[in-house]
Amino acid sequence: MQVMKINELSKTYDEAHGPVVERVSFSVRPGEIFGLLGPSGCGKTTLLRVIAGFETPDSGDILLNGRSIGSIPAERREIGLVFQDYALFPHLSVADNIAFALRGVSKQEKRSRVAETLSLVGLGRFGERMPHELSGGQQQRVALGRAIAAGPKIILLDEPFSNLDASLRDATRSDVRDLLKKTGMSAILVTHDQEEALSISDRLAVMNEGRIEQIGTPETVYHRPRTPFVAQFLGRTNILQGTAGGREAETPLGRLPLDREAHGAVLLSLRPEHLELLREDNGNAPATVLVREFKGHDITYRVQLGGIEYLAHTEYYRSFHPGQGVRVVPRAPAVVLQHRTWCTTERETPEAVE
Amino acid sequence: MPASGRRPPWFLLVAASIGAIGVLLPLAYLVLRAFEADLQAVQALVFRQRNLRLLFNTLTLSFTVLVGTTLLAVPLAFITVRTDIRHKRLLTILATLPLAVPGYVMAYALISLGGNYGILARLTGLALPRMSGLSGAAAALTLYTYPYLFLNLRAALAGVDPSYEETARSLGYGRTEIFFKVTLPHLRPALLAGWLVIGLYVLGDFGAVALMRYEVFSYAIFTQYHGAFDRVYAAWLSLMLLAMTVGVVGLEWRLLGRTKLWRSGSGVGRKPAEVPLGRTRPFAKLFVWLVILAAVGLPVLILSYWLLLAPPDLRPAQVAASFAASAAASVPAAALAALLALPVAYTAARYPSVISRTLERAAYIGYAIPPLALALAMVFFALRSAPALYQTLPLLILAYALNFQALAIGPIRSAVLQASPRLEEAARSLGRNRVEAFVSTVLPLLRRGIVAGGVLVFVIAMKELPITFLLAPTGYRTLAMNVFSRTSEAMLAQAAPYAAAIVVFSGLFIGFLLKHEGSR
Repeated sequence: MQVMKINELSKTYDEAHGPVVERVSFSVRPGEIFGLLGPSGCGKTTLLRVIAGFETPDSGDILLNGRSIGSIPAERREIGLVFQDYALFPHLSVADNIAFALRGVSKQEKRSRVAETLSLVGLGRFGERMPHELSGGQQQRVALGRAIAAGPKIILLDEPFSNLDASLRDATRSDVRDLLKKTGMSAILVTHDQEEALSISDRLAVMNEGRIEQIGTPETVYHRPRTPFVAQFLGRTNILQGTAGGREAETPLGRLPLDREAHGAVLLSLRPEHLELLREDNGNAPATVLVREFKGHDITYRVQLGGIEYLAHTEYYRSFHPGQGVRVVPRAPAVVLQHRTWCTTERETPEAVE
Repeated sequence: MPASGRRPPWFLLVAASIGAIGVLLPLAYLVLRAFEADLQAVQALVFRQRNLRLLFNTLTLSFTVLVGTTLLAVPLAFITVRTDIRHKRLLTILATLPLAVPGYVMAYALISLGGNYGILARLTGLALPRMSGLSGAAAALTLYTYPYLFLNLRAALAGVDPSYEETARSLGYGRTEIFFKVTLPHLRPALLAGWLVIGLYVLGDFGAVALMRYEVFSYAIFTQYHGAFDRVYAAWLSLMLLAMTVGVVGLEWRLLGRTKLWRSGSGVGRKPAEVPLGRTRPFAKLFVWLVILAAVGLPVLILSYWLLLAPPDLRPAQVAASFAASAAASVPAAALAALLALPVAYTAARYPSVISRTLERAAYIGYAIPPLALALAMVFFALRSAPALYQTLPLLILAYALNFQALAIGPIRSAVLQASPRLEEAARSLGRNRVEAFVSTVLPLLRRGIVAGGVLVFVIAMKELPITFLLAPTGYRTLAMNVFSRTSEAMLAQAAPYAAAIVVFSGLFIGFLLKHEGSR
């Protein structure tokens, strides 16, 4: 069961620069918040605009509740939009901005539905204000309320929190998540902030250079990245080369267990928190601490072993100093990466939690 | 993402083309009319000795005015921007005010100064020869148009990065040397822009040259059309004048194309240090006040004299009726110009491309071509294809709007650029089609820009003379026509109330505009 299904969507602006969106496929389930994560310029905003109907795709199909909407103009797609800058109409009051979403509705009903929406987004007393008299977070909620009031099948949010102060961002993020969940609204949320994508999405797709590299739950994508790009984009990681034989591989860190079966030359990812440092004071320690970054809740060390540098997190009470000899011990199986894999047909990473 | 790659929808292109077609279509009739005569007659017309004299006179006048305005505007701008002279703001406003005194009013003021019955003769008994010909026309046009160059130069001078001049000083250059070797080259784009506006104005001016009886192309077109009724020759003269206009614009583009526009580093630039005037202070003050006295004081004094000391048979009702006549054409023209400019400005702002730039340039053709040529083209167009329109108010309004539509584009385009395209997309995602989305979200935000553009057109159209002369319905007399006809019949006192009405009206608007410039 899906609300929206995107099928092999491609878009090119300029032949010389290649496609901006290339054979992208994914689907959104009812009531789900689907994150689209990628660095700026990866094509995620273009993808969103194609879905909304402001750009025409070169090929591919968009299904909304099983019906193809590729040739329907934006105003008849029943897709809600929340812009990065909110796009509240500056000449209309907050209430009128929301009433704008209600067409062909009697005056009386309009009034009651505007009031309903205002209280839904927690701005019951602000109806008469003008948009510029609200804080960024409040404007954000008006924009979301306006989109919801129109009764769309799905809502698209383009970098919705990037214009907010860091202090407001966390609170607004959970407000928005609660609101979407309360109304049971399906949503696609575009962001370049991996922490944001991981915390708000039910599932997410990681985009790079116009293509989707991996789709899955935040836990899966973080813990079992499929490609070097995904592994590195979602947080700091160590990429190792190794030779696999079944569930184990020979690596510069020694013999490591793998998260799945593989054979021959492989690329492996090990997050810093999966590496442990042990004291080795006997003078023939294999690794040396190079740099120490104290971050309060934990400490990141850069260590050198056999000419290669690794990152390792340790708990705050385990302290090493630069120049100290240590041993590097993996605490979790290494994740096998594919050199390049494209989700051209929708293929989700299975949620295997070991 | 960028809208630049996208093409504007067809209905927008159609709407944005109307203004350009409106200008180009009548010009086609001008060409048609010019080639009506047989080949021999055409040859006789084109290779007439007289044309050479007209060409020579036009070039001489343009060159004289350009030199004159430069000699006034460069020191004025430098003194009011870069030196420690006091009351800079007041001096700037006063030096800009001549824009309120149209060329024909300036000519009127200069004419009434000399002669046996002139003001000087009446006050002092000293009869100077009445100004006329090249010197008279050049003086009137210089005093009226130098503010265009002055304002351009002011903006450029204020923007020069002081570190260039400081570098030159540290290398041992003196102030004068620095001005000519460092500062002046930076002013080149501003000089070219100002010269272009002034050059086009001089080519198109009719009132001042006619009153001073100096035979240039535009004056000859008028006498051919009105006096001699040789319309084919008038058409040929118009085409020659058009060719000169194209030459001037082309020359400006070539010169500007070779100019590298300097940019100071990023961030807010430093304000250049003030140059102490020192011992030259009295000379600088004298210069500034002389220019202001000649360009503003003179017309104001002369108008006051005619109005107060030698009170003519003042009939306020007639002046009011004449003002109303000017407004009756100018107000609808302003509205129509804003309407024509709206799709052009919108397309240029939202879909920047070769097409939109071409449409915008085409709208500027209407402003650049000599007004007499445009008016004549409109006459031919009306006579041939829309006889019902000939000598009617709607045709005059249309001509004003086509002539001045370019003035309305700028303010509207800035307003469009300030309204985020996301607003329209938000409206569309809420179920509005393109047109509904524009009307409900962006149009309300453009109100100020549209009003500003319309007001600009209105003020300029109120002073318009040549187009009015050729296209006005019989018996229809605007303020400008009254000033012109009474002055040319030497009824100087009778012209005064009409001229005063124009000066006061324009002066109020220029003061208003400057105030808004300053508060930004």
